[in-house]
Amino acid sequence: MDSSLRTWIRSGVPWVWLNAAAVTASIALVAGLLLLIAARGLGHFWPAAVHEIVYQQADGSRLKLAGQLGSREHVLAARLTEAGREIPEGVETVERMLLKTGNRDLIGTDFRWIYEPSMLQVTQPVSMVVLEREEWGAFFGRLVGLRQDGELLESRDVWADFLGLLERTTQLRVQIRDLEKGAIGRVNFRLERLRLDERQLQLDNVTDPARFADIERQRAELESEYRVLERELVALNEAIRRDAVIMQTSDGQEVELPMQSIVDAWMPNAMGGFERVGHYFRKAWSFLTDDPREANTEGGIFPAIFGTILMVLLMTVVVTPFGVVAGVYLKEYAKQGVLTRIIRIAVNNLAGVPSIVYGVFGLGFFVYTLGGSIDQLFFEAALPSPTFGTGGLFWASLTLALLTLPVVIVSTEEGLARIPRSIREGSLALGATQWETLWRTVLPMASPGIMTGLILAVARAAGEVAPLMLVGVVKLAPSLPLDGNFPFLHPERKFMHLGFHIYDVGFQSPNVEAARPLVYATALLLVVVILLLNMAAIHVRNGLREKYRGLET
Amino acid sequence: MNDSMQLDLGAPASAATAAEEMAGASVRVKELNLYYDGVQALKNIELDIPDRQVTAFIGPSGCGKSTLLRCFNRMNDLIDGCTTTGKILIAGKNINKKKVDVAELRRRVGMVFQKPNPFPKSIYENVAYGLRIQGINKRRVLDETVEWALRGAALWNEVKDRLEEPAFGLSGGQQQRLVIARSIAVQPQVILLDEPCSALDPISTLKVEELIHDLKQNYTIIIVTHNMQQAARVSDRTAFMYLGELIEYGDTDQMFTNPTEKRTEDYITGRYG
Repeated sequence: MDSSLRTWIRSGVPWVWLNAAAVTASIALVAGLLLLIAARGLGHFWPAAVHEIVYQQADGSRLKLAGQLGSREHVLAARLTEAGREIPEGVETVERMLLKTGNRDLIGTDFRWIYEPSMLQVTQPVSMVVLEREEWGAFFGRLVGLRQDGELLESRDVWADFLGLLERTTQLRVQIRDLEKGAIGRVNFRLERLRLDERQLQLDNVTDPARFADIERQRAELESEYRVLERELVALNEAIRRDAVIMQTSDGQEVELPMQSIVDAWMPNAMGGFERVGHYFRKAWSFLTDDPREANTEGGIFPAIFGTILMVLLMTVVVTPFGVVAGVYLKEYAKQGVLTRIIRIAVNNLAGVPSIVYGVFGLGFFVYTLGGSIDQLFFEAALPSPTFGTGGLFWASLTLALLTLPVVIVSTEEGLARIPRSIREGSLALGATQWETLWRTVLPMASPGIMTGLILAVARAAGEVAPLMLVGVVKLAPSLPLDGNFPFLHPERKFMHLGFHIYDVGFQSPNVEAARPLVYATALLLVVVILLLNMAAIHVRNGLREKYRGLET
Repeated sequence: MNDSMQLDLGAPASAATAAEEMAGASVRVKELNLYYDGVQALKNIELDIPDRQVTAFIGPSGCGKSTLLRCFNRMNDLIDGCTTTGKILIAGKNINKKKVDVAELRRRVGMVFQKPNPFPKSIYENVAYGLRIQGINKRRVLDETVEWALRGAALWNEVKDRLEEPAFGLSGGQQQRLVIARSIAVQPQVILLDEPCSALDPISTLKVEELIHDLKQNYTIIIVTHNMQQAARVSDRTAFMYLGELIEYGDTDQMFTNPTEKRTEDYITGRYG
């Protein structure tokens, strides 16, 4: 017995099992994490049924509620009795459910807990309509009538007519947004440029009246252009305010809602399976492509996705040359000794510095010192409002580049170390200098290793939030850092970021319960974005590996 | 002398300057000492290597024969703590002087290593590497030189249809001949071979040996080998080294049949080594 146990231990089988168990546990953790996020986040877009509930309140009065049922939990009966609710004898726990009631503008809250025993009747009326609104969250109720220019609209099929009006409003809204962000945005941008040009002329003590007259002429042109656009905008705004819809809530209250405030509408209880799936994907898509609304608790997160990706790409562009050059110098040129060893230790330790410290450094050095100087030198006209002297995309990228620099340096050094001596000697023996050997042979061969470092850097940078809060991420950025106005990329602009968005929506939002699924959806999206960025980098690396295959032999 | 030798096609016109000095150069070693971190690895070597002949260095492991070979193109410079004293004259010029352009020297003194070390590039680019380093990028010149070098290394017929394929796809013996082609493409005067056949199978070895035989018409060849039969087969002259010293140096026939030194005889007859 004893000897067989010893043989078993000596055979190494327990270690294999231990390793297998560790691997399984790790995979299970990762899969569990992703599943949890996905399950909680993805359900958000599903058109859940709207229940109408006859509910007995604590004082015995009856109330008709409508809403979507959410999570359930059990509460101790004793606690409820304390709170003044009557509970039958012998019942220990009571089930309660979270009901999303919507209609925040009428009731004051979006959610309320309701107790299972008090639910006297639960139905799913086909006529229930869900309205997604510009503000005040969702609205649940029945469609009663439509108004056009204040007149009640004669209508045989109210729902179909409503959809027609909604379509018209949506188109108008798109036109208004395009006009504001497009033509008017451009005019404003150019007007601001002119103002800065004029200010610059004044600062430079230019007295030539022709230059000022020229600016004045251009400004007049732009302003007349603006007036035309403004008239167009006023007309559109007039048009969009034309219609209104009359809704009735479950408790019989009639409300008139301007059509302008309605983003989308659907009748979940009347939907078939395919319709629901179609609705689901439409909502998921608009989540990806729309701008956020209502303090980020509704609408999409496109600016955050865009900001995250653009920042990571910019960071890669910055960190790659610096990291590779530093790694090459340390490995190939620097005399190996105490000093290089100290530098190496320092670099490795840099990787362990908490990221917020980088944020503080970025704010103090990049934003205030460098940015402040840049403003003094090149953007004097815009002062006192800072251009580069405040957090922005560029400084955020630079801060993250600094944060990920150690990873790139170390992986470059390791990549270089893996190149066999024989290859270097082969190149040197043909009359190549050390630089030529490095550039033509060693660096290309080390590129897969360098790419590995970049992959790690990207993964770390995309998930980093703390330092960004100090150097340029905002809750809501008015415009994307990349647009149609010259010079197209605006690295000084503030931007939105998925990681910060999660924090903001989850913990800074006025309506936490409504934002909860969005937090999970955004988290899932952040993971997906990082995954995609990584996969792109891995794809490039595998290409390089394939190209320099045979190296290992 | 040998039909497979294609060098009589002549070197490409473009490399005319190099072609003028195509003829090998003699190598003279005077009072050469070499130290690794103070430990003497070569002791007072005196050696005269004639041009356009094959000279073999033999001796037991660690005797310094590879180290000596690597002195001729200053490969030892790459090793930290390695210092050399004495002179090495190649074509009359001392290469141990400080101001010697090492890259230039290595272009004139090619080297082939123990293990084939093709670059992770195509066959064509491997051979063109040395030329590109020199700034020669004209396609026509490169084409000509690559073909010429591959013919010179008796590899052309085997690879002419797959020049753009990666060099790693070749067999070990082909890779070694590719590396030889790579070094003759820059038209050196001296070719150093550091145990070129130790990683090859017998048939590949035979091919490389034949190649060495052909190449000696145009180049001074110095080969380090562990294999005494090989030294006897390919070389005109042989140097026997032992513990950093040059024990005996002379015509290969005479060395192998009638060595003057006892230690040489012991080594050749397999009594130690």
